[in-house]
Amino acid sequence: MARALGCGVRARVLIRPKAGILDPQGVAVERALPALGFAGVGNVHIGRLVELDVENPDQLPEMCEKLLANPLVEDYEVEHLDGSG
Amino acid sequence: MKFGVLQFPGSCDEIDALQAARRVGDAELIWHGDRDLKGADAIVVPGGFSYGDYLRAGAIARFSPAMGSVIAFANDGGLVLGICNGFQVLCEAHLLPGALLGNANLRFTFRQVELEVLYAGGSFFASSQIGERLSIPAKHAWGRYYADPQTLSAMDRAGQLVLRYAPGQNFNGSVHDIAGVCNERGNVFGLMPHPEHAVDVLTGGSADGLKIFESMRLAAEGARA
Repeated sequence: MARALGCGVRARVLIRPKAGILDPQGVAVERALPALGFAGVGNVHIGRLVELDVENPDQLPEMCEKLLANPLVEDYEVEHLDGSG
Repeated sequence: MKFGVLQFPGSCDEIDALQAARRVGDAELIWHGDRDLKGADAIVVPGGFSYGDYLRAGAIARFSPAMGSVIAFANDGGLVLGICNGFQVLCEAHLLPGALLGNANLRFTFRQVELEVLYAGGSFFASSQIGERLSIPAKHAWGRYYADPQTLSAMDRAGQLVLRYAPGQNFNGSVHDIAGVCNERGNVFGLMPHPEHAVDVLTGGSADGLKIFESMRLAAEGARA
């Protein structure tokens, strides 16, 4: 994997609609799957995935709050991939 | 009296906004990279797809140099109107409460909508009556207004839920049929439908949109007097 940075970690930010807010894309997929013969599917939600190399992973929460997610309507979760790089 | 109309890469309604503003006063474009608001008495953040709507509509435009100046201008009491993408930018900038989500019907929808003025007066509806109907085009894919219930009841008490879709007109699934909201102070207003496209009966289906620009002119001139 190409690395732009000499050090730091690769991180993954998962962004999803907050529970209780209508997610029409999720609803559409939830309806489409049974139509294709996949029974027993529920609670489908569709969000965004941001992967990035960061030198200072401590800044990730602030990056999420300010730009990557809209905390009014989205929840986010930060995963550190493969430890330090 | 002069309007400043912002222009981002990906804006597409800034020229109509400029033309609409010029029916009631002077108007000039302000490039997103400029911090100078050119002495404008009121700012219009226009519709379109600023910065390609990447990440979320308005999320990147909100950090542009011009928006930095607009935020200071608004905090100083300056009049700011956000239309469609401009409304999204103002929400992302926290100049207005709430957020705009994908239309519940998952479609880009373009239609003439009937709106109702819920709070007349103020800087944006000076000559309107409560319950007055406006007929204005709307065209967007991300126009479903959302704010949490506590925020909505505070906004309702403060008279910030200014404009709503008339019964049967809410095609995007906005909470409480909300089409436009203002901030607590009443100097920042955003709406999804496009008043700048409804300034001439020939092309806009009505000239109702002009009332908002005219009201802004009156408010700006009143503030200066």
